[in-house]
Amino acid sequence: MASEANLVELAIDLLARAKKRGATEADVVVADGDTFDVQVRLSAVDRLTKAREKRLGLRVFIGKRSASASTSDFSHESLDRVVSDTCSLASAVAEDTMSGLPSADLMAHTVPDLDLYDPTKLDTDSQIALARRAEEAALAADPRITNSEGADFSSYAGRVVLANSHGFVGDYRSSSFSVSVSPIATGTEAEGMQRDYWYAAQRKFARLDSPESVGKEATRRTVRRLGARKVPTQRAPVIFDQEMAGSLLGNLCSAISGYSLYKGASFLVGQLGKPLFPDFVTIYDDGLMPGGFGSRPFDGEGLPSRRQTVVDRGVLSTYLLDSYSGRKLGMPSTGNASRGVGDNPSVGPTNFYLAPGSAAPDDIIRSVKQGLYITELIGFGINMVTGDYSRGAAGYWIENGELAYPVEEITIAGDLKEMFAHIEMVGSDLEFRGRIASPTIKISDMMIAGN
Amino acid sequence: MATHESVELAQFGLTDREIQHALGKVKVRDVDYADLYFESDVSESVSMEEGIVKRAVKSVSQGVGVRATSGEKTGFAYSDELTSRDLEIAADTARYIANSPQGNHPVPVTHRPTLTHDLYPIKTTELNVATSERVDLLNLIDAEARRYDPRIKNVMASFNVEYKRIIVATTDGLMVSDVQPLSRLNVTCIAEENGNRQVGTFGGGGRIGFSYYREQDRYRQYAREAARQAILNLSATDAPAGVMPVVLAGGWPGILLHEAIGHGLEADFNRKKTSAFSSLIGKRVASDVCTIVDDGTLPFRRGSLNMDDEGTPTKRTVLIENGILRGYITDRLNAKLMGIPLTGNGRRESFQSIPLPRMTNTFMLAGQSAPDDIVKSVKKGLYAVSFGGGQVDITNGKFVFSTSEAYLIEDGEITRPVKGATLIGNGPEILTRVSMVGHDLKLDEGIGTCGKDGQSVPVGVGLPTIKVDEITVGGTQG
Repeated sequence: MASEANLVELAIDLLARAKKRGATEADVVVADGDTFDVQVRLSAVDRLTKAREKRLGLRVFIGKRSASASTSDFSHESLDRVVSDTCSLASAVAEDTMSGLPSADLMAHTVPDLDLYDPTKLDTDSQIALARRAEEAALAADPRITNSEGADFSSYAGRVVLANSHGFVGDYRSSSFSVSVSPIATGTEAEGMQRDYWYAAQRKFARLDSPESVGKEATRRTVRRLGARKVPTQRAPVIFDQEMAGSLLGNLCSAISGYSLYKGASFLVGQLGKPLFPDFVTIYDDGLMPGGFGSRPFDGEGLPSRRQTVVDRGVLSTYLLDSYSGRKLGMPSTGNASRGVGDNPSVGPTNFYLAPGSAAPDDIIRSVKQGLYITELIGFGINMVTGDYSRGAAGYWIENGELAYPVEEITIAGDLKEMFAHIEMVGSDLEFRGRIASPTIKISDMMIAGN
Repeated sequence: MATHESVELAQFGLTDREIQHALGKVKVRDVDYADLYFESDVSESVSMEEGIVKRAVKSVSQGVGVRATSGEKTGFAYSDELTSRDLEIAADTARYIANSPQGNHPVPVTHRPTLTHDLYPIKTTELNVATSERVDLLNLIDAEARRYDPRIKNVMASFNVEYKRIIVATTDGLMVSDVQPLSRLNVTCIAEENGNRQVGTFGGGGRIGFSYYREQDRYRQYAREAARQAILNLSATDAPAGVMPVVLAGGWPGILLHEAIGHGLEADFNRKKTSAFSSLIGKRVASDVCTIVDDGTLPFRRGSLNMDDEGTPTKRTVLIENGILRGYITDRLNAKLMGIPLTGNGRRESFQSIPLPRMTNTFMLAGQSAPDDIVKSVKKGLYAVSFGGGQVDITNGKFVFSTSEAYLIEDGEITRPVKGATLIGNGPEILTRVSMVGHDLKLDEGIGTCGKDGQSVPVGVGLPTIKVDEITVGGTQG
């Protein structure tokens, strides 16, 4: 691995070369890291992948014209080519009066330690063993688990450097460890096969759930699907489990992204300051949460990370913006620039979550006489321009406050704005497994299509 | 004029000797097979919104993937550095799964066939057009879409071109290369009227040169289609909910086949017996009017390839013949383990990912019915013309795909447009409910991308107009 100083020097050197070629402003992202992934299936290693990756991306501004380019080849000639490619691309596009880096005084001055990096190095055999333990626990947990798509253990450690022509240079390391299992259950002839999965992910290895607990949970989620059937087409209350509720928060993130808004491509255009949710719903975006998957000391443009209230007791109190989409909307950046190495900045959440309520998930289920508890959603039937929502679903039918039987091959449909407004209960069960997290939630009424 | 640029190892700064040496390192006692996949990929994207082409992005990547298989095990490593030292490290990682000591005998690579297919012979001048020409085309698209209707308030369009050069070298002694151009033009329009905002999207592409988009005024057609859809959706009413007959128009609605049966017939899932189709070869899985193929050999198509990413020539594979399940699509590993033919479907997103059995162009052959008669046969149902994405659960067979342009059929007539809705069904059952197949087979415009195991590859689909007697439609109107 190139030394830390080297990557920073490389970034600074690239900025100097861009300036020489006529760039009036520029920024550079350099990333490198080690990835490891092993998949074990029926106790044998099915697939083992290991690599070191590196990549750098340059964005230049020549006046109000801008372009970017990226490469994995750090040789002198390649970098020269990146600089000249980027500058000539910039001259081919039109002027955009809103383009440019954020102003220099907005740059982060310090790089807080957010506990994102764990130096633990696991050798190949121990990572194989962790995956194997997870799958064995899944297979042992129930005799109906007859097959498996395997268990996976992955680890990553890497570094990101961001530098720009204002003189900003920031860099940080991060790591991640994850384990997942995907068992297959076989029931009676009529019940057929079902698959589900479970996973755990952490930036610090020591905080990762045990492989055994992940395996057992995966099996619990899989066998309970056996014998799933359709239900009649009807309107009914719908409960979204943690993961599925998280997907609704993901939809909210897209809808309040500055890029969707200024293009008129969001159903939440013009909704800032309006009550979108009931008053017991508060949603945060916290880029500073220690050890969080969405945490980072500065955003994709070098602005300091922050914690902000996105929905304050039901009211939409901020959009998610970077400097460009902010300018388009006449607002300052919210520090939500996200930046892939080779791309222009876009907008993304940091750690985005719905604050837990007081109801235990079981109490939420008990509150439903006839309704649906959703554990899986598939497909892409969401129109972000209109908020129309229609997705394939699987889960459990609730009768008199109890999960009665598993259901599948049904859809749920509605309108995202109405769904947000009709959240009726928020669970107490907030857990972070990624950058977006939600407790269990209940929506008072949706259309369910089945038989 | 076919100006197939040859790909030489020298372009990767490597020699034959280094390749043979690296294969020797990985070809150890318990390794059945190993390969090196060298890839150089240059892609460029320009995009327009609000009437200005404001973004241009270029990406260059180059690297090697080294893979070894031993029984069902696969060891894989990749590197974006191409020195012989990096190759050796990758080879050491890949052979880890075999628990064998390092090999030392170079593997001769003597079989260097010229590819039998030449499916995308494009003049270099057609590929190396100046960025400014693409920019000009995007500007014309903006004007065309806005001219279509004043209610079009925003036009977003993007032009992506990719140029990929690959070399595959294997421990079977094969070394073969291909140059794979690919491009795609996409248009999205937003229409607005009295606070009602709607979206329409259209696009096309393939392994083609730049002039394709100007021929037959295709770029104008893309712009008008996207605008037409957005305007149409302004008057769309709520979609129905429940089980009903659905008529699928030809072309892109073939995504039904991709989701409902295509993924389920990929060999890896069937070897592992995790697919809902695992024990159904030779059995009826569709009505007898259905014959479905996967064909990677169609010239200039987005899903076509001269060879797959393991160096196997692509072919046409019959998946379902008159309703009977005939075969799976395979890569080397699964074909060998299952003892079934290689179909040339071993594909990978890049050198950073391992090959998997993947579809190419998947479509249903034309039938006998007149499309009008198919619509007329429906008393009350849905006519679906265009779709967004789809997804499938391989194990229980449940799949979805979502309409983006659809109409009600009432008493055999197409009446009013309805909002997007997800359709859900069961893969092994759904095609048994296909009662009519039109004579109007149409392939899609060249926009499909398929995701599996985190890897995206370009694919095509196709369909004649068909009638599905019943499927669950996920609208909001009960």
